[in-house]
Amino acid sequence: MARRTPLYDAHVALGAKLIEFGGWDMPLSYSGAAEEHQAVRERCGLFDVSHMGEVELQGARAAEVCQHLTANDVAKLRIGDAQYSVLCNERGGVIDDLVVLRTGAERYVLIVNAANTAVDVAWITEQNRGRAGVADRSDELALLALQGPDSEVVLRTLTPAPLAALRPFAAIETAVAGRLAWVSRTGYTGEDGFEVLLDTDDARTVWDAVLEALRRRRGLPAGLGARDTLRLEAGLPLHGSDMDAETTPLEAGLAWVVKLRKGDFVGRAPLAAQAESGPPRRLVAFELSEPAVPRHGHPIWHDGTAVGTVTSGMRSPTLGSFIGLGYVTSGVSAPDTPIAVEIRGRRVPGRIVNRPFYRRVRQEQAR
Amino acid sequence: MNFPDTLRYTKEHEWLRLEGQEGVIGITDFAQDSLGDVVFVELPAAGATLTQGQAFGVVESNKTVSDLFAPVSGRVVAVNETLREKPEQVNADPYGGGWMLRIALARPDEAGALLDAKAYQALVASEQAK
Repeated sequence: MARRTPLYDAHVALGAKLIEFGGWDMPLSYSGAAEEHQAVRERCGLFDVSHMGEVELQGARAAEVCQHLTANDVAKLRIGDAQYSVLCNERGGVIDDLVVLRTGAERYVLIVNAANTAVDVAWITEQNRGRAGVADRSDELALLALQGPDSEVVLRTLTPAPLAALRPFAAIETAVAGRLAWVSRTGYTGEDGFEVLLDTDDARTVWDAVLEALRRRRGLPAGLGARDTLRLEAGLPLHGSDMDAETTPLEAGLAWVVKLRKGDFVGRAPLAAQAESGPPRRLVAFELSEPAVPRHGHPIWHDGTAVGTVTSGMRSPTLGSFIGLGYVTSGVSAPDTPIAVEIRGRRVPGRIVNRPFYRRVRQEQAR
Repeated sequence: MNFPDTLRYTKEHEWLRLEGQEGVIGITDFAQDSLGDVVFVELPAAGATLTQGQAFGVVESNKTVSDLFAPVSGRVVAVNETLREKPEQVNADPYGGGWMLRIALARPDEAGALLDAKAYQALVASEQAK
């Protein structure tokens, strides 16, 4: 049977449509994915992402282990800094993408994908070789994501933390609705927003309080359906769909998290070699010029030749057009290159476009 | 959920409304609710000939793609072209503005084998219990 987050009962009470995702029973939508998507773009939405895993590294050598395991440079992190990164295998393939949150002088929390948690813990434990304390905290920790332009206005009614001063990818340990939590200015939607990491036992209290505050701004609880369309419009790759252990972060357009000069780390040698030669294929964004839904696995054509494969696709709720991500050979990866996606035997024309599809207008901070 | 008594239903969640020698086809309230927000509908051109049970098109949400099956045999005489621009009509009004095809029935007796509203409702209840 699929696992349940501490907010399962809350989802049922809200009338959520549930699906199994990564071994968990999760809300797909509450009032409707399109409506929830729009609420996050225009106002705010609240997601339960407690299915995600949390692995804690602790001790005098925790930083060293973290530096060895992840491609980004952990040395830059002060306490209360978060960082997007990848966990690579010896071939430079992406085992998982993650956020590294430094929660103490000798303490890091790695926030990983739900479906990969067990694999990640095994890999981290193996690579650790007894240097740091490794603890899978996934069962003890819940994670809420409050996303959208009104997020700060909503959250500041519930916490004494100086949210206006919290930069993107900064975090603070504070109280939310009277419960201790790590609040970070992070998310997976392309909007401003916060993620709240807290004890499982406090999840329901905080969820209910945030939901009540959110309703006053006409925000909505939002499910995985909206989460997927929001992240795809923002051009954010999903591990398991857009990258996996057989693709490198350089191919996936994540060269910015691969710090080849920081010293050795797992996968560095093959990544350095690929950085030198250039990746043979690249993850690109594309837009179709006719209605049709591109799906994971659909072939991509250019000039009568198969040049790649779709990894994600949808009708963009914001743009109204049909968009996707996919790998193509590097020679045809430039924006404006004409392509066609083969959908049920028909080659639907389109072109490669810049990522992201959607970029928020940065606003003056809400007063 | 609404299942009008005046319609006949398939186990694959299409409905058929008989209008003389013609039939109008769409998907049920249950089907549209299960799919979520419909973003794309692919239908045959007018003039196409369908055989009962044949896959004649697809309806897609961002989550999933689902085949459409012909409730009865016949020739397509009209296609709801507005679904090309407004596929969300399938969600908003599955038995009205969300209609898909109008066909000239080849074998009107086929309709008799379809489910009535009561039988279809029982089918939906059993699927929801899964």
